[in-house]
Amino acid sequence: MLDIIRDNWLLLLVGQYPTGPLGGLVLTLILSVMGLLLSFPISIGIALCRTSPIRFLYVSSTVLVYIVRGVPLVMFVFWGYFLVPILVGHSVTAFTTLICTLIVYESAYLSEVVRAGIQALPKGQVEASRALGMGYWKTNLWVVMPQALYNMVPSIISQFVSIIKETSIGYVISVQELTFSANQVNNNLLTRPFPVFLILAITYFIVCFVLTQCAQHLERTITRKRSPKMTQLRSIANDSVLEGQ
Amino acid sequence: MLGRLDFSAIFAGPFAHLLVSGAIKTFELTATSWTLAVGLGVVLAVLRASGFPIATKAVAAFVAYHQNVPMLVQILLWYFGVPTLLPDAAQTWINAHDGELIFASIAVGLCMSAYFSEDLRSGLRSVHHGQQEAARSLGLSFFGTMRYVTLPQAIRNALPTFINHTVLLFKNTSLAMTIGAAEMTYVVREIENETFRTFEAYAVATLFYLAVSLGLMGLGALVEKRIQNQAR
Repeated sequence: MLDIIRDNWLLLLVGQYPTGPLGGLVLTLILSVMGLLLSFPISIGIALCRTSPIRFLYVSSTVLVYIVRGVPLVMFVFWGYFLVPILVGHSVTAFTTLICTLIVYESAYLSEVVRAGIQALPKGQVEASRALGMGYWKTNLWVVMPQALYNMVPSIISQFVSIIKETSIGYVISVQELTFSANQVNNNLLTRPFPVFLILAITYFIVCFVLTQCAQHLERTITRKRSPKMTQLRSIANDSVLEGQ
Repeated sequence: MLGRLDFSAIFAGPFAHLLVSGAIKTFELTATSWTLAVGLGVVLAVLRASGFPIATKAVAAFVAYHQNVPMLVQILLWYFGVPTLLPDAAQTWINAHDGELIFASIAVGLCMSAYFSEDLRSGLRSVHHGQQEAARSLGLSFFGTMRYVTLPQAIRNALPTFINHTVLLFKNTSLAMTIGAAEMTYVVREIENETFRTFEAYAVATLFYLAVSLGLMGLGALVEKRIQNQAR
């Protein structure tokens, strides 16, 4: 297994980069970061619609979220492969297709995270800021969002982990990300699929596990900061009891 | 932009048959992997709650692996990797018995069992500790307590995420197309290749997935309501 890593680590890390297109783990991370950054603003918009008092906005955004939640990502990728060139008017790379698909898919999922963050805030926050004369937008911008986003950081990191895992679907439409590179290695070696795919799994595991641990650590920190002293003590006591049994 | 839509081309002759067989394969895959996932998920959650250090650590490692590796990679590892480790006789047997379906079920089932066990674990945590203490002091054993007192309450608490993950499992069976299991997505791709009716073919598959997913969500909501009413 080590010899496979020794011979192919560059291909798995950057694809054929200096001589060919960029790929491998680096492309996976680029895809994930772009997917997160581009879908985030949209997801805030959808979340505001989902919590909006205007019925039309609420209904249409809810329908959108449920449609995305009910259809597999693979189907979206195929739709993107088919529709994006028609909408743009010329053929696009598989990379662009995957990014577009991820944006659509992730905005819906992220919007649920954002909505949960907004709705978890005590009602008094909105009421107080409205009572102080702030309008809807000002309240959202200066009161709701800063607190909600801060509380949401761990969930957003978990969602980022999901995105990293979802980019592996690019393999289906030949985006040269990590899974695709590993498959190339497998095709070169032919006889040793188990170690190759195990290396692939371990690579994803390391990246995602580190991020998951960060998210959990942050979540604990934020809960500790946000909760009043007594409940904090009680929850710690409960935890130790439950963990210890 | 799309020309004239012609769904009759998709539903004509052999394609209708293909679509039905694809739908059946998808349901088969969902049923087998769901059964595996729920069964194993309960076992894992109980093991984790048992408090044996080795069991707890092993379950935690199992869950961490399956939650942090893409399901697609797990499916590829099972389908391409694992058979090479098996003896020849086992390999030929599996190839003769729909290997794609078997390995896809195992991969999806194991992966989702990690999610189900985590759902149950947080469900167990939300059951007040006094419940368990009371049951134990009334003379119920560890398993008796689990069976009659803690698990029923835990399942009730875990139901919403449990339903979400069931829908996720159903959707993720579409990943089995990458290893050539002839389920819905795979079949639709075939039809698209032969008829060039891309829009119609994808629309049929999308509506199928959407209908079943929404149906599962609705069913889940119904069950939830029922159980909540019983609890009162």
